[in-house]
Amino acid sequence: METRDNEAAMRDRDVDKTNKTNGQALRMDRLCKSYQLGSMELKVLRDIDLTINNGEYIAIMGPSGSGKSTLLNMIGCLDRPTSGDYWLGGENVALLEDDDLSLIRGARIGFVFQSFNLISQLNVVENIEVPMYYQGCSERESEQRAKKLADMVGLGDRLKHRPTELSGGQQQRVAIARSLANDPLIILADEPTGNLDSESGAEILKILDRLHNEGKTLIVVTHDPGIAKTAGRLVELFDGRIKRQPKSE
Amino acid sequence: MFLFRFKRTAKLGLKSLWMHKLRSSLTTLGIIFGVSSVIAMLAIGEGASQEAQAQIARLGSQNIIIKTAKPPEEQDVSGQDESMREYGLTYADAERFRNSIPNVEVIVPSRLIPQQAWYRNRKVAIEIVGTVPWYPEITPAQIKLGRFLTSIDLHHKQSICVVDEKVVDELFLFDDPLGQDIKLQSDYYRVVGVVQSQSRGEAAEALGGGDSAEGKGQGANVGNIYIPLTTVKNRFGEISIQFSGSSGRSVERVELQEITVKVGSVDEVLPTRDTLETLLDRFHKKNDYQVIVPLELLKQAKATQRIFSIVLGSIAAISLLVGGIGIMNIMLATVSERTREIGIRRALGAKKRDIIMQFLSETLMLTLLGGILGISLGSFIPYMVQQFGKMPTVITGESLLLAFGISAGIGVIFGLYPAYRAANMDPIESLRHE
Repeated sequence: METRDNEAAMRDRDVDKTNKTNGQALRMDRLCKSYQLGSMELKVLRDIDLTINNGEYIAIMGPSGSGKSTLLNMIGCLDRPTSGDYWLGGENVALLEDDDLSLIRGARIGFVFQSFNLISQLNVVENIEVPMYYQGCSERESEQRAKKLADMVGLGDRLKHRPTELSGGQQQRVAIARSLANDPLIILADEPTGNLDSESGAEILKILDRLHNEGKTLIVVTHDPGIAKTAGRLVELFDGRIKRQPKSE
Repeated sequence: MFLFRFKRTAKLGLKSLWMHKLRSSLTTLGIIFGVSSVIAMLAIGEGASQEAQAQIARLGSQNIIIKTAKPPEEQDVSGQDESMREYGLTYADAERFRNSIPNVEVIVPSRLIPQQAWYRNRKVAIEIVGTVPWYPEITPAQIKLGRFLTSIDLHHKQSICVVDEKVVDELFLFDDPLGQDIKLQSDYYRVVGVVQSQSRGEAAEALGGGDSAEGKGQGANVGNIYIPLTTVKNRFGEISIQFSGSSGRSVERVELQEITVKVGSVDEVLPTRDTLETLLDRFHKKNDYQVIVPLELLKQAKATQRIFSIVLGSIAAISLLVGGIGIMNIMLATVSERTREIGIRRALGAKKRDIIMQFLSETLMLTLLGGILGISLGSFIPYMVQQFGKMPTVITGESLLLAFGISAGIGVIFGLYPAYRAANMDPIESLRHE
C-alpha cells in the first residue's frame, strides 16, 4: 500500500525533476561509506563532496582500490551511504527504502557495465525490454521502444539474436540501448570499453558522445585517459577522497 | 495490470525452465510420482472401502441378524442324555420376536445345512437355506428366473427349490435349470427359480461373525439352495450327528441357525437390537446366540477404512514431500547459478518482490506441471490395478483436488525459501558474482 503511494509520488516528482534542483543532476555532501571487516572499520569513501549538473560528461579515474566502484554504486543507488547526504534530483537517497531505490534505479539511471551484463537466455529485444518491464510498461509499448533503441545503436537487423551470438562491441551496444530504455537522466558507465578491442571501443565512445550531445548526463569510470580527455570534467579518486576536481564551468 | 504482469512473469519462467529441459523434467518427475502415488493409494483404499461397505450393505442395513452359536463345552456334565446337546435359536424365539417387538417389518427364520447337491453326475458343495417366502425382503438379491418360494410351498411342504446363479453355473452348465431336479441326500427337488448370488457368508465372516457354528464346514460351498423351511424340517430333522475321534459321536439338536429381523428404518435398528438382546437373555441361559448388526459393522468398517486410507495417503504424501525437497534443492541451485542475473535485474529496477515472483512462478510451474502429469499417471495406475490386479479402485474428485492442491502447496512452500533468498541477495555482490 505504502509503496504504491510512493510510486505515485515518484511519478509526480519525475514531471518536474529538473525544476527544483537548479540544474543539478546530483549532489553529495560529506558522503562517507565504510564497511565493517570483523572489528576493523574499512573506510572506502571519505567526505565526498560532489556536484554534477544536468548534461555534464564526467570521467571518474583512480587506481584500483581508490573507491571508484563504491562511488559508482553509490551514485547508481545500489548502495546507501554510511553518513552524509546524497541528493538525486531533489531526493535524499540516504533515507529511501529498498523498493524506492529499485524504482529510482529503473527510472532515472541507466547502467552500462564493463562485462555488458546481458541476460543470456533473452534475445536483444527482450534484454532491452527488461527495465521497462519493471516500470510496468505494457508489452506492446516496450517492444516497440526496444526495437527503436536497437535500431538506434545499429542492431536493427539482430533483434532476435542471443547475447552469445553477438560480438563484444555489439553486446555493449545492446547494453547501451538497454540503459536508455526508460529515458533516464543519468547514464552510469563502468569501464564501458574495458573488455573491447580499440575499434569497437571507439564505436562505443562515439555513441556515448552522441548521447551526451543529446543532453544526457554521462558519468564514466575509466582507466582510459582518452575518455578522460573527451569528458568535460575529470574526477580523480585516491584513497577514498577526491584528489582533484576542477570546478565545473 | 496484475494479471497481465503475471502472464509475462510466467512466460519468462517458462523460458528459463525450457533452457534446462533435463533438469526441469527430472525435478518434475519427483512431483509426478508423488502426486500419482497419492491418487493411486487413495483410489485403492477407497475401492477396498467401498467393496467392504457394499458387502455389508448386502447384509442389509435395516437388518438385525441373530445367529446360533455353539455354547462352551462344560455344559455337557449336567446333560441327562450323555451326548445329546440342545442349543440355539428356536421357533419360539421367532414367535416371541413377532409378538413383543412392535416396529418389526419382517422376521425371517432360517435353517442352514451344508450339503452336497447332485444333478445327473455332477456334484457340488452347497448350503441349504430352509426359509420362508418373504426371505427376499431381507436381501437385495433379485429373482432372475422363475419365482421364489410361496406360502403354498411352505404349507404343503413341497419338494421344490430355488437356486442361486453360482449353483446354476456349476451344476447345470448350459442346461436350462427351471424344471430340472436336484438331488439332495436321498430326495429330489424341482428347481422353480433362480436368484442372484450373494456371498452372505463371506461378508459376515470377514467382519467378525467368523466363529458361528455352521461357519466351520462351509468354506468350500459354491452357493445356496433355498427350500421351504417346513420341507427342510421334515426331511433333514433337527438333529445332527458328528463323529469325533476320541469321545465317539456327539449329537446336537438345533432348531434354527438364523433369525433375521428387519425393522422399518435405520434409526430403529439399535433400539430394537437392545430389546432383542434383553428378550434373548431371558430365555437363553446358555450363551448360544450371537447378534450381528450390519449397520454397526458398516460404521466400524468405515472407521477402519478411513484409517487405512490415511495410512496409505500419508506414505504417498511422504514421497510427495521428497519430491518437494528435490524441487527446493534444484531451485536453490538455480538461484545461486543465476546470482548474476538477479544482480542485473536488481540494478535495472527490479524490486525484491519482482525477484520473488520470478522464482516462485518457476517453482509453481514445475509443480503444477508435475501435478497435472501426476494426476494423469495417478488415474492410470488404478485402472491398471483394476484390470490386472482384480482389485476394485475408486478415484474420487476429492483425491484429485487434494493431490493438485498439495502439489501447488508444495510449489509455494518449497519455492518460497529459494525465491526469498534470491531476492535478499545484495545487488552489488551479485553483480560481481562470476
